[in-house]
Amino acid sequence: MNRFENFKAGLIKDNPVFGLYLGICSTLAITTTVNNAIGMGAAVIMVLVLSNMIISAIRKIVPDDIRIPVFIVIIATLVKIIQMLIEAYAPALNTSLGVFIPLIVVNCIILGRAEAFASKHGVLDSALDGIGMGLGYTVAVIAMSFIREVLSTGILNIVNPFNDAQVWLNVTLIPADYTIPLFNSPVGAFITFALLAAALSAYKTHADKKAEAKAKEVK
Amino acid sequence: MSELITLFVTSVLINNVVLNQFLGMCPFMGVSKKRSSAIGMGLAVIFVIVVAALITYAIYYWILVPLNLQYMDLIAFILVIASLVQLTEMFIKKTSPALYKSLGVYLPLITTNCVVLNVCLVNISNSYDFAHMLVYSIGTPIGFALVLYIFSTIRERLDIANVPNPLKGNPIAMIVAAIMAMAFSGFAGIV
Repeated sequence: MNRFENFKAGLIKDNPVFGLYLGICSTLAITTTVNNAIGMGAAVIMVLVLSNMIISAIRKIVPDDIRIPVFIVIIATLVKIIQMLIEAYAPALNTSLGVFIPLIVVNCIILGRAEAFASKHGVLDSALDGIGMGLGYTVAVIAMSFIREVLSTGILNIVNPFNDAQVWLNVTLIPADYTIPLFNSPVGAFITFALLAAALSAYKTHADKKAEAKAKEVK
Repeated sequence: MSELITLFVTSVLINNVVLNQFLGMCPFMGVSKKRSSAIGMGLAVIFVIVVAALITYAIYYWILVPLNLQYMDLIAFILVIASLVQLTEMFIKKTSPALYKSLGVYLPLITTNCVVLNVCLVNISNSYDFAHMLVYSIGTPIGFALVLYIFSTIRERLDIANVPNPLKGNPIAMIVAAIMAMAFSGFAGIV
């Protein structure tokens, strides 16, 4: 039960992106299309789960003073492996994500979870934490890219990442005359992020007040 | 020569790392609450990026390319950056304890500043020659420091403003960043 609660908290309340403000750089940059967001989310989940598992497995033999360099080398190796796999099997995704795949190395979520969770917990717990946090990140980027793509182009377009020509979904939600291209630009990214973060914060205050009222009633 | 000046202006203003490429958001949000720490952070980042770019450029072309180890770039670069930041920290601590104190925890955090790694990677992937590499590696952190400083002056004013509750803190700062990005997109016409 406790594990499940942890898992759920990562998705909404303690969402790594909108709640804890980790990994904002890539969130703002790659959320121009839903396709990119799904690809980036998958890459982050893979790196996060693997790095959490490896770091928690070796946590007892790594000396405390040099743990950060050790963690960073492990993460860099995993990211490089994933980058080479994406380059080989999903070249279109590689072009559109560009430098943000290697930059997963310095994504605060990954080093943050290694330091705060994986270096203190067992392998299974760390893997679950990685999945939860990774999903939280993925949900955040997909939500943001959905808003931005639909508002700026009016079209929701999802293609098979391994094969460009295969279009899975292509629906027009807003007629082309009524789109707001601004949302495709950095300005739109910042505004969307600010409003989503504010919405989460409002939801949190609301939930806290409700819990408080309930606690009073019980008394 | 004019090409180099164009590259400099582009990397400082038009293709600004923070407002246009969304890099270095963590220190941008974290260190921008006070003007003095914004200046210290900006200078430290300029120094680290220029030195890191020079070292990684040399490592890539003198060690990794001759040995055919190009795929090790990411791992080699991040190690260089991590040890360089550590070295800077030790050096500042010994020579100028006052500066060390004012920078505090932000100094070690430069390691995870994505601008540093991004500059090193872009130098290689765009196959810049030495002059272009130098100009790009100086211009990018100057753009970062400039925007960080402007942002911190706005945020000092924001502290006394009356902001709706859910927007308090980071969300309103993001909206400020959005407006700054809008202003900076006006520079696009220069070059």
